Amino acid sequence: MSTIDVTTSEFEAEVLNSDKPVIVDFWAEWCGPCRMVGPVLEAISDEHADSVKVVKVNVDDNQEIAAKYGITSIPAVYLFNDGKVQKQSIGAKPKAALEKEFADYLGSE
Amino acid sequence: MSTDFTPALKLDLGATPPGQTQSAASAEAAGESEIHDVVIVGSGPAGYTAAIYTARAHLNPVVLAGSVTAGGDLMNTTEVENYPGFTDGIMGPELMSTMEAQAERFGADIRYEDAIKLDLAGEIKEITVEGGQVLRAKAVILATGSAYRELGLEDEKRLSGHGVSWCATCDGFFFKGQNIAVVGGGDSAIEEATFLTKFADKVTLIHRRDEFRASEIMQKRAFDDPKIEILWNKQVIGISGEAKVEELSLEDTVTGEVSPLAVTGLFVAIGSDPRTALFKDQVEITPDGTVAVQGRSSKTSLPGVFAAGDVLDPTYRQAITAAGSGCVAAIDVEHYLAGHGA
Repeated sequence: MSTIDVTTSEFEAEVLNSDKPVIVDFWAEWCGPCRMVGPVLEAISDEHADSVKVVKVNVDDNQEIAAKYGITSIPAVYLFNDGKVQKQSIGAKPKAALEKEFADYLGSE
Repeated sequence: MSTDFTPALKLDLGATPPGQTQSAASAEAAGESEIHDVVIVGSGPAGYTAAIYTARAHLNPVVLAGSVTAGGDLMNTTEVENYPGFTDGIMGPELMSTMEAQAERFGADIRYEDAIKLDLAGEIKEITVEGGQVLRAKAVILATGSAYRELGLEDEKRLSGHGVSWCATCDGFFFKGQNIAVVGGGDSAIEEATFLTKFADKVTLIHRRDEFRASEIMQKRAFDDPKIEILWNKQVIGISGEAKVEELSLEDTVTGEVSPLAVTGLFVAIGSDPRTALFKDQVEITPDGTVAVQGRSSKTSLPGVFAAGDVLDPTYRQAITAAGSGCVAAIDVEHYLAGHGA
C-alpha cells in the first residue's frame, strides 16, 4: 500500500476517523529534506501496511491543517491514533530511526 | 589543517598480493561479498566529485549517499551564486542532482543507505550499512561533511519543530508576517536572514561579536535590508515558550546584561562540526575536530583511507572547495590502488 495525498477537507475522514494509526507526512515541494523522507515513508507504508496507513499533507495547499497542528518545521512526521497526535518526529531521518520512534504502532513485522 | 605524519606506511601485503588474485580468494572465503575498489561514504559535492573521478578511472565506486542526507548540505539551500560555471546561479538541490547524475553516467553505484560502522585498519576495509550488510573495499573515501551546531540550550530540543529551526528554506514559509530571529555571523546566517525577510515582517540577526565573519557582499545585503535588525555582542542564553517559541533571553557579551526578545521563531546558523563519529577512534583527528590529512593530499593516518570535503576542512568549507577536495581524494585513491596492483 503506498502513501496517499490528503487535503484539508479529507483530513477528518482519512486521519482523525481512521480505524488504524495514521502516519502523516507534512511536506512541501520547496523543502529539500522532505524529498528524502518521501521514499522512506513509502517503504514504511509498504512494509507495515497491516498496522498503519501513511498519508501526505502538502502544507502549501493545506495551510489550515498545518497551522492547526502548529507545524513550523518540515519535514514533520506525526503519528495519529484515535484522532489524536501520539508521536512527532521532526526532520529527515533514516527509516530505522523512524521505525524505532513509531515502534509502538508498527506491529511486529 | 595538515598534520605531520611519519613517512607513508609501507604495506605488508603478505603472501597474497592485492588485486584480482586476492579479491577472488577473499570473496570466495566470504561467500558472495565482492571486494570493491573504493567505497565513498557521503554524497555532498566532495562525495559526488570523488565518484565522478573514480568512476571515470574505472574504479566502479560505490557511494553510500545516505538514506535521508543524500546530496548533503546544499539540499537545504536555495540559490548558489558562487559555484563557477553558472552565470545566473543554480539552486543547491539542482546542483547536487546534476552531480549525482554525472557520477551515475560514468557508472558510479549510488546507494541511498547509511554507513553505521567502519573498520578501516585492515588491508581490506569493511563498511557496515544500516540493515547489517557489510561492504568490503580496498580504499575508502570519507566524505561525511559536517553537522549543524546546536546552541546547547535546555529548551532547544523541546522547541525544535515548534519555532526553533536549522533550515530557513524549509521553514521560513511558516513565519509569514511574524517577528523572528537568526543567530550567527557567517555567510549562512546572513543568507538565512535575507531569505527569511521574504516571509517575516522583521528578522533580528543576533551575533555574539561586533563584526561578522561573513563575506563583504553578504554583509552589505544584511546592512541594506530594511527588514533586518542586527544585534551585536549578544548571545542567546535561553529560549522560552509553552508549546512554541515565544521569547529569547539574550546576554550582552560585553556588559553581561540580560534582556528579553519576543520572537516566534529562532533560526540557528552558528556553524557546523565535522561529522567524524563513525571513525574518530580510527584515523587521526586534528585539534579542530577535522580528519587529519597529509599536506595537500587527502591521505589520512591510515593507508587506503582518504578524506574529502568539509570533514577535513576547518577553514574554507565551500561547495567548490569540497568538490576540489573530492577530486584530490579520487586521484589519491587511483595512485594508491595502482601502487598496489589494482
